[in-house]
Order: sequence, then C-alpha cells, then structure tokens
Amino acid sequence: MSLSAYSVMAVAGAIGLIWRIKIGHAVAAASAPIGASFTLAALATGSLWGRPMWGTYWAWDPRLTTELIQLFLYVGVMALRAAFEDAGRGDRAAALLAIVGLVNVPIVHYSVQWWNSLHQAATVAKLGRPEMDSSMLWPLLSMLLGFTMFYAGVLCIRLRGEILNRERSAAWVREAIAS
Amino acid sequence: MDAGFWSMGGYARFVWPCFGLTLAVLAWNIWAARRLYAKARQRAERALTMAAMDRS
Repeated sequence: MSLSAYSVMAVAGAIGLIWRIKIGHAVAAASAPIGASFTLAALATGSLWGRPMWGTYWAWDPRLTTELIQLFLYVGVMALRAAFEDAGRGDRAAALLAIVGLVNVPIVHYSVQWWNSLHQAATVAKLGRPEMDSSMLWPLLSMLLGFTMFYAGVLCIRLRGEILNRERSAAWVREAIAS
Repeated sequence: MDAGFWSMGGYARFVWPCFGLTLAVLAWNIWAARRLYAKARQRAERALTMAAMDRS
C-alpha cells in the first residue's frame, strides 16, 4: 500500500507537472499523508513482528532500509510542498521530487531478490503459484483489497478539502458553498 | 474466545500492538481527512461571508 500510494502520488504529480492539470497536484497532495502513514504502519508493525521472528526490532536490512527511505521521501515531498509560499511552485517542486523518488519503488520491491536479506523473498507478487499457504494468502489478499478501498475513500475526502482550498475563490465553489 | 486466541500462541505482546497501531493509523487517517475538509469548507464559507460584507 505504501508503494501504491507513492506511485499514485508520483503519477498524479507528473500529470500536474507535464500537462498542467491542476487536479493532478491536488491528488498528489492528498495521497502523500495517507501513504506516509501506511509506510509508518508498515515499518512499525514489521519491526514489532521482527523481534520474535528475527530476534531484533531493527536491522539495516535492504527491505527495511529502502522502506525507511520511502518514508523519508514522503516526508520530503510533503515538507517541500509546504516550504513554498507560492502554492504553484510548491506543487511543481514536490511533483519533481516525487517523480525522482519513484525510482525507490522497484528498489523496495526487488530488494529481497537483489540483496541478501533477513526478510523473506517474494511470496505473493511473483509469476506462477504464490508460495504462501491459502490460510494466510486469502486473509492477506482481502486485507489488501480492504486497505485499497480505505485508501480510495480517504483520498476522496482529502481531495475534496484540497480542491476547496485551492479553488476557494472560483465562482463554482462560491455557488456550491452558498447553496 | 478462548485464552489460546488472545495469547496468539505466545506472541500476543507482538501481535496485538500491531493491530492497535494499525487501527490508530486508520483512525488518524479518517480524522485528519475530515478535519482537512471541514477546515477548507470553513475557510471558503468565511471568504464568501467577507465578500458579501464587502459588497454591502
């Protein structure tokens, strides 16, 4: 989810940057905090489960380290957007950083294959039959579906706020608020 | 629920905090998103009121 939300943010930022479609930047801004919170949850819960499984809460393991970089990228993108007084420039700078940071997404995903890692190798997202037992696979896939829907729902609420903030002087917003 | 479920095979102190943390993240997401929208709406309404006062 952390990687999907980042991809949404980077693609939406690119749409805003390249085609100058304003809603692209609004989607990117709305996606960032949700993705950051999911990344934090992944790191914290993974760390908790790492203690009984690996004997340590944290190791500078490729998957853990690249996921931590992912969190820093989210924080960086949000901080960069907020650092500019001119919202347009902030949006463009944040979109650029998000696009550059997109390179980390495949690195996180393939880190368990490319380097020796404490983390198990891919068990679900691989060609052919998943190696995970069905008693764990189905709960995992239903949780993935549930979290994706949750992400979409929260993104919509945030997006309404973002659009209202950005377009509050537009005539259609005045009409919508007045009615 | 039997005690075996709550003890999670001896891993309760790792499993339940994970659930708690995830629930906290979900709750924060809902709260923060609704707050962002409510503040944006409030700001837009205030701007509308100010504009109406300026006109009168």
